[in-house]
Amino acid sequence: MSDAPHAVPGSTVAGSAPLLSVRGVTLAFGPKVIQRDLSFDVRRGSIFALMGGSGCGKSTVLKSMVGLLRPRAGKIVVEGDDYWSGSETRRAETGRRFGVLFQSAALWSGLTVGQNVALPMQMFTKLDEATIRRLVKVKLGLVDLAEAIDMAPSALSGGMRKRAGLARALSLDPDILFFDEPSAGLDPITSRRLDDLILNLRDGLGATIIIVSHELPSLFAIADDGVFLDGQSKTAIAHGAPTALRESCAHPHVRAFMRRERLDTEGKDRMQ
Amino acid sequence: MTNEADVRGPTGLSVVHEGRQPHWQLDHIDGGSRIVLGGDWLAQAGTIAEFPPSEIGGLTTGQHLSFDTAGLGRWDTGLIAFLWDAKRAAATAGAVFDVSALPVAASKLLGLLPDSLSNPAARVRHGFRPVNWPVNWIGGQTAVLLNELGVVTGLLITTLRGGAFAALGRARMRRVDLYANIRDAGPSALIIVSVVNFLIGAILAFVGAVQLRKFAADMYVANLVGLALVREMAAVMTAIVMAGRTGGAYAARIATMKGNEEIDALTVIGVPVSDYIVLPAVLALVFTMPFLYLYGCLVGMLGGFVVSISMLNITGSGYLHQTLDAVPFGQFVFGFVKSIAFALMIGVTSCRIGLKAGRSAADVGVAATRAVVVGIVGVIAMDAIFAVIADVLGI
Ligand SMILES: Nc1ncnc2c1ncn2[C@@H]1O[C@H](COP(=O)(O)OP(=O)(O)OP(=O)(O)O)[C@@H](O)[C@H]1O
Ligand SMILES: [Mg+2]
Repeated sequence: MSDAPHAVPGSTVAGSAPLLSVRGVTLAFGPKVIQRDLSFDVRRGSIFALMGGSGCGKSTVLKSMVGLLRPRAGKIVVEGDDYWSGSETRRAETGRRFGVLFQSAALWSGLTVGQNVALPMQMFTKLDEATIRRLVKVKLGLVDLAEAIDMAPSALSGGMRKRAGLARALSLDPDILFFDEPSAGLDPITSRRLDDLILNLRDGLGATIIIVSHELPSLFAIADDGVFLDGQSKTAIAHGAPTALRESCAHPHVRAFMRRERLDTEGKDRMQ
Repeated sequence: MTNEADVRGPTGLSVVHEGRQPHWQLDHIDGGSRIVLGGDWLAQAGTIAEFPPSEIGGLTTGQHLSFDTAGLGRWDTGLIAFLWDAKRAAATAGAVFDVSALPVAASKLLGLLPDSLSNPAARVRHGFRPVNWPVNWIGGQTAVLLNELGVVTGLLITTLRGGAFAALGRARMRRVDLYANIRDAGPSALIIVSVVNFLIGAILAFVGAVQLRKFAADMYVANLVGLALVREMAAVMTAIVMAGRTGGAYAARIATMKGNEEIDALTVIGVPVSDYIVLPAVLALVFTMPFLYLYGCLVGMLGGFVVSISMLNITGSGYLHQTLDAVPFGQFVFGFVKSIAFALMIGVTSCRIGLKAGRSAADVGVAATRAVVVGIVGVIAMDAIFAVIADVLGI
């Protein structure tokens, strides 16, 4: 895996309807608004980055996209289907097409790593145990955890837990994958390997991937679209691929973020 | 997450082959072998063919194992599982695994998978061991029990010492924690303690009334209810309620903290767990339990009073008088001391069980259950010991 293919702009079909679109969504916990009036589209087959400072609401947006937090206003449309207006069963059906890696990995602590990956298959497919175990090995192998199949989650390191969570997200070969900071806690080499995995999941299996990440090199390498959320104005302040945002974004905060520079407060004042 | 292997054109349209069975065959060609793949290889659709390592027997070091994917339809990780088998077999035989004909992404995904898979050792199964198992089991359990007794005693001593320091105002215990624990163990428990003791008093009176009426000794129901409650029932029932209510909660809370590495975080900054968690928990029980006991006696007697008045031929003031005569002050002291001992035991054992718990969600449940069981059995066993001691001392 020496040459990771870089994101090719326009590698997805231009003009086709977005797979997932967020329209004027406002998210809040009780009276506390986290993000308001968010709108963006995720094209089929793209790797879409949710960016922004710590605490700005990226995980919260992800939660509402996977059906865990009902938006206060607006709608989330998955393939033309207004996700939150349907019944709960309908949502669960759509949800089965999702694979989710939570920020804290959220492995089921009572099961071994292998059982964690196997559970969705046992619940939703008619595969026999031997086949399930083979597939579990493949999925753990993809994240370099084949040896940990019979270990308890509590016996894993932080990064291993993350990777096991990722393998579990792949369990049902979902076509929409949500990864919340997949490379947090991983060394550069493993993190690079994970980039390759994500790209090949997209290219090979046609998955659409929505990823939250702070890791700039990885964002530049894999993401071909994205949205930048701001914690202060509580909405999206920039749209586009991370590379494009780095090169040419009018917003100083976004530019500083993407270039890992100190935020020039003077410039910010000028903006306002 | 499926895709047309080679027909994914720039338009994104793909030809759908409905349910073509996956199939494969091994052809021997010049310089090696070739696997011809056909059909849809989808994991969700059913079982995936295995690649038996013996198939590759003909291949020797340096020969190629290549692929023909002209007939390959849709694929997902099912295909990867099959290809990985072939890749490992080729690696074992020393053959060159030629992925050039495979879809690019498939070969890349395959590249992430290792060449060999050491079979992780089968997990050690705990449980039934046929050889000498009753002897081993009894011995093992005894050792565990003795060890636990030691640990619990150690914890009790640390806590008592912490309590002494706290009295001098030098413990690393936060007042707020103590107050929160006391509120939890005391006022919040009043209702359930009332209900249980009222009913116990009523039941005692009822049983007593039926029997004593036969001897025209109606009046002695007051003695029965008063003595039974003050000496035994109020203390034991209150302790059992608290073991279930508070002991279980302590164990679950501490076990959850352990799972989240919160205990580790305390240890690192040098806050002894015994001061920060165990001490306020135990102190709260020790403060509240004796008062709950006294309150339980009162409510229990009320229950007995209500039943006696309605069933028997006695007056209210007569019943009260008889009760005061029958229950000397010493009996209250005995019950009071017992309930302090129960509180110490419940507090320390349930904290210990929480601290010892494993780190999974199931372990939290196990810890809570165990704390309740140990608490209830412990209370009854301790009560028996107290009965013997009281008999010897003539209380
Ligand atoms: N359950 C909750 N109840 C109330 N507020 C919450 C809850 N979960 C998150 N928040 C708030 O929502 C905001 C956004 O949280 P979120 O976890 O989405 O941030 P994030 O962008 O993912 O940050 P990070 O990069 O650090 O993970 C934070 O201010 C947080 O305090
Ligand atoms: Mg987050």
